[in-house]
Amino acid sequence: MPTQSAILAHAATLKAGFEALGAVSVETPVLQPAEALLDLYGEDIRARAYVTSDPLRGEQMLRPDFTLPVVQAHMAEGAEPARYTYAGEVFRRQEDDPDRASEYVQVGYEVFDRNAPAEREAEVFAALAAPLKDLPVRAVTGDIGLLMAAVSGLETTEARKAALMRHIWRPRRFRTLLDRFAGRTAMPTSRAALLGSGDPMADAGPHIGLRGPDEIEARIATLRADAEAPVIPGGVVDLIDALLTVRETMPYALARLRDIAVDLPSITDAVDGFAARLDAFSAVGIDPEDLAFEASYGRTSLEYYDGFVFGFMAERHPHWALLGSGGRYDALTAALGNGQAIPAVGGVLRPGLVCQLREAGQ
Amino acid sequence: MSVKLGVPSKGRLMDKTFDWFAARGIMLSRTGSEREYAGRVDGIDGIELVLLSAGEIPRELDAGRITLGVTGTDLIREKLPVWEQRVEPLEEMGFGFADLILAVPAAWVDVDTLDDLDAAAAAFRARHGHRLRIATKYHRLVREFLRGAGVADYQLVDSQGATEGTVKNLTAEAIADITSTGETLRANHLKILSDGLMLKSQATLFRSRRVDLSDADRATLQVLRDRL
Repeated sequence: MPTQSAILAHAATLKAGFEALGAVSVETPVLQPAEALLDLYGEDIRARAYVTSDPLRGEQMLRPDFTLPVVQAHMAEGAEPARYTYAGEVFRRQEDDPDRASEYVQVGYEVFDRNAPAEREAEVFAALAAPLKDLPVRAVTGDIGLLMAAVSGLETTEARKAALMRHIWRPRRFRTLLDRFAGRTAMPTSRAALLGSGDPMADAGPHIGLRGPDEIEARIATLRADAEAPVIPGGVVDLIDALLTVRETMPYALARLRDIAVDLPSITDAVDGFAARLDAFSAVGIDPEDLAFEASYGRTSLEYYDGFVFGFMAERHPHWALLGSGGRYDALTAALGNGQAIPAVGGVLRPGLVCQLREAGQ
Repeated sequence: MSVKLGVPSKGRLMDKTFDWFAARGIMLSRTGSEREYAGRVDGIDGIELVLLSAGEIPRELDAGRITLGVTGTDLIREKLPVWEQRVEPLEEMGFGFADLILAVPAAWVDVDTLDDLDAAAAAFRARHGHRLRIATKYHRLVREFLRGAGVADYQLVDSQGATEGTVKNLTAEAIADITSTGETLRANHLKILSDGLMLKSQATLFRSRRVDLSDADRATLQVLRDRL
């Protein structure tokens, strides 16, 4: 196993490499206010981050990653365009797998730029791939933006689109909703009874709690509207399924996506963006033929990414965590920007695993 | 050395545990005054009785400070991650039945399933500016259950007792707690979601996997197992 000092030395080398690309070095506090993380990720973050507290500042978390504080710092005072790099430890609570590290070093490279999205994605990918180039590492790419485009292009109610969009990163719930909206699963009997009732509130009994009768009535109205809306045609659901199962090298994936876009024109812009990314990769000397593409990649593990996503895995160690990962997170900057937003793409490497892989190879 | 058996130190759970062992020829009893937590074991050699708060028994098993312990499956699962590697269930004891459930106000006629709860939580957050609060002391179990079901926009608020009252007191919108008959829920105008059963629990005799046993202890355990 590599020593901590070897890992830190490698981290410093990686960070110097990113600075040479024009990135400004940033430091962020280890303790982060829990509220912002909870608002963003919900209660699930408690399973993955260490929570601590004091009577003055309330709940704090040991930083589970750098992205959030870097975005916050940029939105508060950053110039545009901007490139940042950082190196330091992150902390991940482990509840299920005692072999996973609960504390490890990350080195990151993040780009905030309103222009040339495909070029910036290629830049970030190339920056992170370069230090790994002589190692047995496999890269996988994905694109959450394709599914988001398909959802926002559905010919159905805004409420349904919002519900699907909210669950893009929870594939099981997404599937349940899609099947329901397509009429593929029966309405729960309790809901059918509710909608069949002339006065559903008649036997409601006493009202307690903060959620008032007006909110209950509003939701019943939403359910009634949903019951009357036409189902999403089965053919469209099949196309979304076809989209989600694309697994090819990038050029073949593009051909496949173009086929799907003929019948699902709402994804055309996103597919054009994908094509531009291929060109941008070639322009920086990365052959898209060597890169795998999986349309559902990043839907469960990389939650705030909403476009291009990628990960590097050790070929001979499929059970290891990723050596590096990243992607586009435009929506995150909007969520944290108090009304402002800026397109952003970035990623991290784990020098500890990189060193370990080098040792294993010798 | 003897094999330490941890048993809840008071109430019905203690009485039922004593009865259960008595039916197997093992007499457990408290010694000294009512307030002194000391006990004795008759009918089997090599076992020492340790009286503990039921909630501490999982931790003591995990630390290897007791070899055997009686507690609910709910507490073991909540307090011990990868619990199968830490303790072995020897016998379900047939009492202390309790279901860990998710309940909402009975007046929420539009919410019957987790699917409804998730949709209501999204609308609630948009309206009130904070996530829908679920009061519980079973943080880990509830979080895992809701993650598996894909429910979002909720937050857990800690409630160590009188959890059914939190909705009326405006400190939570829903609750996750154990219930045996549902009486208290009904009395507090709450209803269980139709797919809101998270865990069926009962008092269970567990063995710690974290204790190094002497040959004598091993023999004692074998004698005990033969009686169960």
